[in-house]
Amino acid sequence: MRFSGLRVLKEGLTGNAGWRPQWRSPDPKPEYDIVIIGGGGHGLSTAYYLAREHGLTNVAVLEKGYLGGGNVGRNTTIVRANYFLPGNSEFYSHSLKLWEGLEQDLNYNVMHSQRGLINLFHSDGQRDAFVRRGNAMVNQGDDAILLDRDGVRAHLPYLDFEQTRFPIYGGLLHPRGGTARHDAVAWGYARGADTRGVDLIQNCEVTGIDVSGGRVTGVQTSRGAIRAKKVGIVVAGRSGQVAAMAGMRLPIESHVLQAFVTEGLKPCIDHVVSFGMGHFYISQSDKGGLVFGGDLDFYASYAARGNLPMKEHVMEAGMTLMPMIGRARVLRSWGGIMDMTPDGSPIIDKTHIDGLYIDCGWCYGGFKAVPGSGFSFAHLMATDRHHAPAARFRLDRFRTGHLVDEEGTGSQHNLH
Amino acid sequence: MRITCPICGTRDRREFYYMGDAVYAQRPGAGAAPEAWDDYLHLRDNPAGVTRDLWFHEMGCSAWVIVERDTVTHEILSTTLASDAKGQGA
Repeated sequence: MRFSGLRVLKEGLTGNAGWRPQWRSPDPKPEYDIVIIGGGGHGLSTAYYLAREHGLTNVAVLEKGYLGGGNVGRNTTIVRANYFLPGNSEFYSHSLKLWEGLEQDLNYNVMHSQRGLINLFHSDGQRDAFVRRGNAMVNQGDDAILLDRDGVRAHLPYLDFEQTRFPIYGGLLHPRGGTARHDAVAWGYARGADTRGVDLIQNCEVTGIDVSGGRVTGVQTSRGAIRAKKVGIVVAGRSGQVAAMAGMRLPIESHVLQAFVTEGLKPCIDHVVSFGMGHFYISQSDKGGLVFGGDLDFYASYAARGNLPMKEHVMEAGMTLMPMIGRARVLRSWGGIMDMTPDGSPIIDKTHIDGLYIDCGWCYGGFKAVPGSGFSFAHLMATDRHHAPAARFRLDRFRTGHLVDEEGTGSQHNLH
Repeated sequence: MRITCPICGTRDRREFYYMGDAVYAQRPGAGAAPEAWDDYLHLRDNPAGVTRDLWFHEMGCSAWVIVERDTVTHEILSTTLASDAKGQGA
């Protein structure tokens, strides 16, 4: 079923009776070539690219809840490619290019909006760091424009330019950055994978990983055993538990990250804006709600809800930067479980078990990586070779010292 | 969330700095193998349930405290001074 303007018109005139479910709900088969554990954004995009790029369709995605019910449905929807370090730079650049063709590719409106991302800076030192980052982005072939104070004022006249505590020196504008409709991304990939023959199996929790002679042979699930030649673990905050089923201990600590949304307002914030002197970033959804967030709660947690101190910090930072939002009422806050690595960069790699692969460690930056991660992980699972843009995201890089520490904060999981 | 410092009593979580898993209290010796350092710095059990982690009472008495805690409910189960726990397999 293809979406088109004509189809919407026809259905509108005929009582919308012709719409059908967008994917099947098959029972699991006894055996697949490839089983993906985790039906979130990354798992679904992996399945999609396995089918589209590599012609592999004897594939199942096993999801313990419902499709897209995890972090892909609980984030602040920011899409960007403004990384600095080799390894990250080429990966996110590739991912952004996939985003730019995604709606045509999937025939699905993911509401990708390249409204521009502005990272503010508040000192000479921060300015120098952003000049350097901007140059790295341009060298990668992406876009970055350095704005001075007046340049920022032209874009964001509502900021508090008068305050002296954290004066605004300027900002780095990434015009191709923006947002997307998070759920639609999961649904679009799900429909694309299902159409190509991938089985999407919901309410199917993996309870064990079968290994024989150093090779993976399948998984045990709440809906019975499923044999598989290859298994991919793509379970974000639950990576530690699933990897433990295969006897692995990961360089990951799971933390909670909160986000917030206000009541719907008329359009007032046109960009994605981040504060350089407190952890705060904000955009406005197409429904009108201000969507904003801050930093981790800082302690290991699986609670999917946060505590008050970080709420207070985020609100304070927001009020410092843009006092105009002070009368907006916060409707909801929520927490997602982040798989934090000790260098803040992800892992897309084989494991020590033949046929078992893992894609994890996205910290709190996984949403923008959904296309790139799926593309690179599918490449690895299909060909057993690392996809060039993701070649540095190795599982053993911590032991060998090849860290990709974008923020330069050292080996402490919660600092990235 | 409130944490009971063994010296100061029950205090707001904001008085404490979170370091990470209590494994940080077991630093390998200078001559330890790279695998031991990898284990110490990077690899984690990361349990969904009871864990032990290391907090610093930064805005109080400056004690390092080992907190036994549930990562799913945020319940604090017990707190011990890291200096008391040292040598007892902290």
